[in-house]
Amino acid sequence: MVDRIADPWGDRTPYGPGQEWPVRVDTFLDAGLRESDVDRWVQSASILHSNGDALDIAVKDGRIVGVRGRAVDRVNRGRVDPKDLYGWQANHSPDRLTRPLVREGGRLVETDWDTAMGRIVARSQELLKGPGGWGHFGFYTTGQLFLEEYYTLGVIGKAGIGTPHMDGNTRLCTATAAAALKATFGADGQPGSYTDIDHCDAIALWGHNVAETQTVLWMRMLDRRRGPNPPAMLAADPRATAVAREADLHLAIRNGTNMALMNGLLREIIRNGWYDEEYVAAHTLGFDELCRTVDAYPPERVAEICDVPAADVRRAAELLGGSQRLLSTVLQGFYQSNQATAASCQVNNLHLIRGMIGRLGAGIYQMNGQPTAQNTRETGADGDLPGLRNWENPEHIAELARLWNVEPETIPHWAPPTHAMQIFRYAEQGSIKLLWISATNPAVSLPDLSRIRNILRRPELFVVVQDLFLTETAELADVVLPGATWGEKTGTFTNVDRTVHLSEKAVDPPGEARADLDIFLDYARRMDFRNRDGQPLIRWTTPEEAFEAWKECSRGRPCDYTGLSYEKLRGGSGIQWPCTEERPDGTERLYTDGVFPTDPEVCETYGQDLATGAEFTAAEYRAKQPGGRAFLHAVDYQPSPEVPDAEHPLLLTTGRTVYQFHTRTKTGRAPQLDAAAPDVWVELNAADADRLGIAEGDLVGIASARGGVQARARLSGIRPGVVFLPFHYGWFDQDPADRTPRAANELTITAWDPVSKQPLFKVAAVAVARLGDGRGVPSPAPTVGGSAPVVAGVPATVGGPAAEATSRAGGE
Amino acid sequence: MHLAHYLGLLHRAQLNLADAFRQVGAAHGEEPDVFHLCEQQAKRCDGYAEQLRPFAERYAEEAPAEPDRLHSELFRGTRTGGIGLLRDLQDLYLMAAECDICWTIVGQAAYGARDRELLAVVRRCEGETAMQLKWLRTRMKQAAPQALVVAE
Repeated sequence: MVDRIADPWGDRTPYGPGQEWPVRVDTFLDAGLRESDVDRWVQSASILHSNGDALDIAVKDGRIVGVRGRAVDRVNRGRVDPKDLYGWQANHSPDRLTRPLVREGGRLVETDWDTAMGRIVARSQELLKGPGGWGHFGFYTTGQLFLEEYYTLGVIGKAGIGTPHMDGNTRLCTATAAAALKATFGADGQPGSYTDIDHCDAIALWGHNVAETQTVLWMRMLDRRRGPNPPAMLAADPRATAVAREADLHLAIRNGTNMALMNGLLREIIRNGWYDEEYVAAHTLGFDELCRTVDAYPPERVAEICDVPAADVRRAAELLGGSQRLLSTVLQGFYQSNQATAASCQVNNLHLIRGMIGRLGAGIYQMNGQPTAQNTRETGADGDLPGLRNWENPEHIAELARLWNVEPETIPHWAPPTHAMQIFRYAEQGSIKLLWISATNPAVSLPDLSRIRNILRRPELFVVVQDLFLTETAELADVVLPGATWGEKTGTFTNVDRTVHLSEKAVDPPGEARADLDIFLDYARRMDFRNRDGQPLIRWTTPEEAFEAWKECSRGRPCDYTGLSYEKLRGGSGIQWPCTEERPDGTERLYTDGVFPTDPEVCETYGQDLATGAEFTAAEYRAKQPGGRAFLHAVDYQPSPEVPDAEHPLLLTTGRTVYQFHTRTKTGRAPQLDAAAPDVWVELNAADADRLGIAEGDLVGIASARGGVQARARLSGIRPGVVFLPFHYGWFDQDPADRTPRAANELTITAWDPVSKQPLFKVAAVAVARLGDGRGVPSPAPTVGGSAPVVAGVPATVGGPAAEATSRAGGE
Repeated sequence: MHLAHYLGLLHRAQLNLADAFRQVGAAHGEEPDVFHLCEQQAKRCDGYAEQLRPFAERYAEEAPAEPDRLHSELFRGTRTGGIGLLRDLQDLYLMAAECDICWTIVGQAAYGARDRELLAVVRRCEGETAMQLKWLRTRMKQAAPQALVVAE
């Protein structure tokens, strides 16, 4: 038995370079149940992070009773993340929404589906009547539905209504991954494979707290680190995370200075001749310009900007420059920070100039945060067109128009698709009048919450919320639609390394809750969207039919799914796209031949200026004659839009704990996870705390120019001058009579990266003050991970008997 | 030699553009991208003007009297609302376009004067002015349909 709360990563199964990662099968079942008691095991994959861990859902008497990792799968080889081990219990939560709700006299009251959908359709038809009616609609979706649902939503938005105002909360988490991949390689799509961990000799983690965001990926890295010939490890992160503690070299840089660090490292690598001249000449564009730009960043200047020792910058460059099989991973420390896309592109540059791409162990993971974020991007349910098509390429638009049998003019392609923050701005100004939010909680997760609440409360804005629970956002809706969730519906989704998994329905949803696919299809039917021949625009009615329709849309594109089917995904391991007739087993690594999808006919974008987001034209792009070569982008460092001053002298960064996901809609309702991280805390460096007279557990006020929150202090290893707040904590489980503000996004700034349009969650200037004595009671922060205490006497986070799970190395 | 006049024209145009970027950014603070990027571009324009100043001073010594109607007035303050944003960005676009063509003209003159230092400044700055135009165009393309067709 293992307590996976006390030890989220479980026992080590060490292995050496080139060996297969050993199997370890993790299982958690309802108290008192054994595997032999289970009636059925239903195939699925993880839904509470982006790793795509394959698992089976245990069903007994028509009810989900647990999960078990799938040993056969390439991604996790049987392992399960603690959030997935315990999180399924939220499906049974007594406060699940089971009937639609509509607003009557200022209150939400239960109703039937006909009434709820009737209201949405009546409002939609009224809005569509006039010229520019499309512009009154906004869709804000998620990274947690299934591929089939996103594609259906994408077709409704782009071919039914014809609006560019559709985005996902993926804008908050992976927009920069997509933007960086597009900018460098011409199209989205992760170059590497998770098996690169099995072969690499160095791992660099750029703003990526993988130990808490993708625990199974971290287990794989740790197993290599405990085996023979382990890979070296470099971590860039202002916090002392478990990753930073494990790393051979930890660069605790000042938030917002990633660009200066990367420029400095590239300079050292180029000056020392640790780059692959042949690869650069044959497969890249822009090397001279890159050299010119990075040359202005000697280690001493980097040390000054980033506030790390110059010697560490040199050591880091040696670690990177000396490796033969380098693996890099990038996440929110880059994506949600200053110069997000530009800095993430420098990681791509590092690999390109070293020729470390498209071969065993040499890989890049521009990570995702959410389980199905990749599909939001692929299918066009966010600010992209389906099939990773280029909105500026008339031939790509014509392909979609043929596929859907609609006029090309219907498909919004006259300007970039509207990003989430702009959608909310149009709603604020009143030109968007219907905002349909599915499976996400912007009232807690967007920046500057008081502004977002005011927008959602506008009487002129008709808000539809589709969710499992009455979230903080749903409380403000005009219509609430109860959704079915993972385990209650069938569909596919794709993880970071392009592995596609099938997740089958195990049990019925509660009450009248419906699969999101059925809700979207019902809307399309009631709206009577038609194609050019007067036939229904959307003709599929089941998840499998939707998947088949999507396959046609993906045909010939980088994310080609045509070789996949539900049948093929049943039983064995997940399969990586592109998967075609010629490549029936999928594709482990992209760009093995050094040919990138930058050809003007293929590419997903004609490119942008990374400093301003200015779009290049087709003619300008063609003039570069990319010819399958990748772009090396060069950009100077610029300070964040907000830096500390006398009034707000500290820098705030926000993030996650291993025990919670997003706004805790599910994890806050799983007892073991909730108990491990029950309430908000604020992390302070001991020196800052000492100066401010703050001790472990004291009540602290944190204020920015936008608002203030209160939290108990955790004295941690975070770098001096920086404070950390987890962004998970809204108010759904606070006493309505005492909703003391605690959501990190009360403080964050409304600003975003000019290219990816991802908000800047990592660089708000704040003031911190002690409000009350903790009387020696430690803060509710977990002792595991980045929030580990530096003072003695804090009881360790444990799960106890309720969290006992099994873990069998070898699977036996 | 009349080069000083065009250097003065460009110098003042860059300062005017910097000022206009700041005014438009402040007036449209609720469009955070406009606010932040206008602030950023204003600083750049100040920088270009600063780089031009020594050349303007040097050539002024050899210059005859300034011709009539040299300077143009392209900006008369900011507006509000969706269409107001479009019009303000369009004003910035026209002002940046004036700078853009001035860089071309000054660059040609620098060849004529065999002034390598001035040419280096022109090379550095003209590309960035072109990028300002591109960004303004991109942002206006995004805003136009909603402001002109959808908004009431």
